[in-house]
Amino acid sequence: MHTNDFTYQRKDLPSSISKIGMTLLAVGVILGVAAFFVDHSRAVYNYLIAFAFMISVGVGALFLIALEYIVGADWSVPIRRVVEFFAATIPLLAILVIPLLLNVGELFHWSHPEAVAEDKILNAKAPYLNVTFFIVRVFVLIGLWSLFYFFFVRNSKKQDTSKDQKLTTINIKLSAIFIPIFALTITISAIDWLMSVEPHWFSTIIGVYFFAGTIIAALAAVTLATVLLKEHGYLHPAMTNDHLYSLGALMFAFVNFWGYIAFSQYMLIWYADLPEETFWFMQKWEGSWAIFSIGLIIIKFLVPYIVLVSQPSKMDPKKLKFIAVWLLFAHFYDLFWFVMPEMEQLSGGYSFSWIDLVFPIAAIGLIILVFNMKAKKENLIPIGDPKLQRGLDFHL
Amino acid sequence: MANRKIFGVTALFNDPNAIIAAARKVADAGFTKWDVNSPYPIHGIDKAMKMKPSKLGIITLIFGLSGAVLALILMWWTMSVDYPMLIGGKPYFSLPAFVPVTFEVTVIFATLSTVVSMFAFFFGLPSNSHVLHDTAYMKKVSRDHYGIIIESRDPKFSEQTVLELLKNLKPISTEVIYYPEKESYPIFEPRFLIFLFGVAVVVSLGTYLTLNKLMYIVPFDWMDKQAKVIPQTSSEFFADGRGMRLPVEGTVAKGFIPYPFEGQTNPSEVLSNPYFPTKENLQLGQRKFLTYCSPCHGNYGDGDSRLAGQFPNPPTLHSERARNFQDGMIYHIITVGQNVMPSYASQVTREERWAIVNYIRALQRAKNATDADLKLVKAE
Repeated sequence: MHTNDFTYQRKDLPSSISKIGMTLLAVGVILGVAAFFVDHSRAVYNYLIAFAFMISVGVGALFLIALEYIVGADWSVPIRRVVEFFAATIPLLAILVIPLLLNVGELFHWSHPEAVAEDKILNAKAPYLNVTFFIVRVFVLIGLWSLFYFFFVRNSKKQDTSKDQKLTTINIKLSAIFIPIFALTITISAIDWLMSVEPHWFSTIIGVYFFAGTIIAALAAVTLATVLLKEHGYLHPAMTNDHLYSLGALMFAFVNFWGYIAFSQYMLIWYADLPEETFWFMQKWEGSWAIFSIGLIIIKFLVPYIVLVSQPSKMDPKKLKFIAVWLLFAHFYDLFWFVMPEMEQLSGGYSFSWIDLVFPIAAIGLIILVFNMKAKKENLIPIGDPKLQRGLDFHL
Repeated sequence: MANRKIFGVTALFNDPNAIIAAARKVADAGFTKWDVNSPYPIHGIDKAMKMKPSKLGIITLIFGLSGAVLALILMWWTMSVDYPMLIGGKPYFSLPAFVPVTFEVTVIFATLSTVVSMFAFFFGLPSNSHVLHDTAYMKKVSRDHYGIIIESRDPKFSEQTVLELLKNLKPISTEVIYYPEKESYPIFEPRFLIFLFGVAVVVSLGTYLTLNKLMYIVPFDWMDKQAKVIPQTSSEFFADGRGMRLPVEGTVAKGFIPYPFEGQTNPSEVLSNPYFPTKENLQLGQRKFLTYCSPCHGNYGDGDSRLAGQFPNPPTLHSERARNFQDGMIYHIITVGQNVMPSYASQVTREERWAIVNYIRALQRAKNATDADLKLVKAE
């Protein structure tokens, strides 16, 4: 229905973006290194949160790519590159994880053999929770994600010139393989990085909990980038707000999903009232953590729910920009709430420190830099995708 | 044909893009009473038709919220106020436990109200027919075509201009749809109604007879039909037709001692208390009094029981008259009843009745204690 008179011409993103990314990263890294010397323990915990945040954005984006292929979505084809650029942070995780692995002893109680020896519960968990297997798992997970990222993006890139429809078929098959692997790997990473910080605690829903937050973060990042790029004319001019609607609707859906899962986890533990499970929530009710806990409900559920509930707001670029930034913060807040009360010096209540702000700055700077680098090298629209025209024609 | 009123003019199209383009033009021409028909929802048609957003969502919101509120009120009233129940040591009003139910009720209120109000306000109930039903046009657009209809109630409608406008959109065909000659509803015709009634009678009778008579298979009835006399039923075996037998005249059942003073007003001359008010006896009397007597007479025999108001209050047991009753008289009243008080012979044994009498005596004495009594108590 649209005449195809638009020929894509690659435009570089403005140089200010790389400057912003550089500055953020530089500030973050310098202060971060300083933080390691000032308060080592707090720095490590904050690094873990930033790392989990990076996993969320990167691996979440990878899942969104697979999701588009497997469900045969048309509307997201014009913005798939944006998603791919966010997933480009995945191979970096293999380097970013190293400072954490050097500080396993600081983070994880179960990594001390002498503590495990006198603790029956940890002893029973030792076959899974031991340093060797942990490191193996970490690299297997990052390797698997990187592998799928590499294949998805290579096929997608190849299609720009070859326009070969078979590449789409291959990616559909790949995503069918990837999605169960994703389910498993995201669960393992949630257990390893988040749940094992308090090794005595267990929640069988934790994988889904982290998954919900992960997709919220990835969607928020994609929405923010899409709205900004679209506003400045980097995307296809035929794209309408209807495309944004789908992003808004997905964010709304996953906000609800997160609320559902988070409440399920809380309610089951509250109802069963077993001391070996409830103590974890009790920690999050100590002192000022209680305010954080209440805040989590408001920040990650109520506010986004109310902002996104009506149809027009799901396609309003202004509201979407606001809520995307909000949800990125909310996911970070969620991870912070999840991990920080486990830190011994903060177990009685929160006390502010500048260290808490440093690592997210570095993470955001790094994501922006990677995004910008990718945008320089590749087309911002998958021009060879057979579904592109259908995607552009998408209307509500 | 020419005399009939025009309902509207239709145009058929072959593909969804054409119908969107056509809808855009019709909307631009300023028509308001028109519609697009298609076999499935077409993306983008709302905008092309310049339709206002549906107001149905407001109804959904209102009913969803009222569902949430009602569910919370229901649970709060039933679980926390009217019949507080302790579950798993949780507070009577524990929000986490109420959230799932609130959620479900919200959803069911929202969905049902949406569907019902859609039918009630938007589908034009109670009318159950539409001019377009059973037209060739409707048959096509519900299968593999896309159609536009501009209705004659549109203020801008005139047959010529509308036909011209639609023909300019290059449809496959256009058609003028007329109102049927007479508004007739086949389902309200008497012949059909009689037929329907007949079918209903035949089907229900047939089903009943088939399942209950023709195909009736006796299920396991060996519990249902036992070779025994069921209490309170008749029996053909005995001459008097009763299933339950009367005792043989002049006999007394084993363990049963007849009470010969029934019908007498005051048999106390011949009824004397065979028990001493020992401690054990008084304790037995107290237990039985609290169980059987106190619900009406009150814990201390004042006639101020917790059932007060629901039954006629018995008079106090501390009146002059009651205190002057002899033991046998009280025993007699317990055994045969008095006024609205029924007989307690089947609940309380003879020994227990005498114990209650002793306990009532103790109550009466305590209520009107003399100084000498107080000295006795202090001495103990």
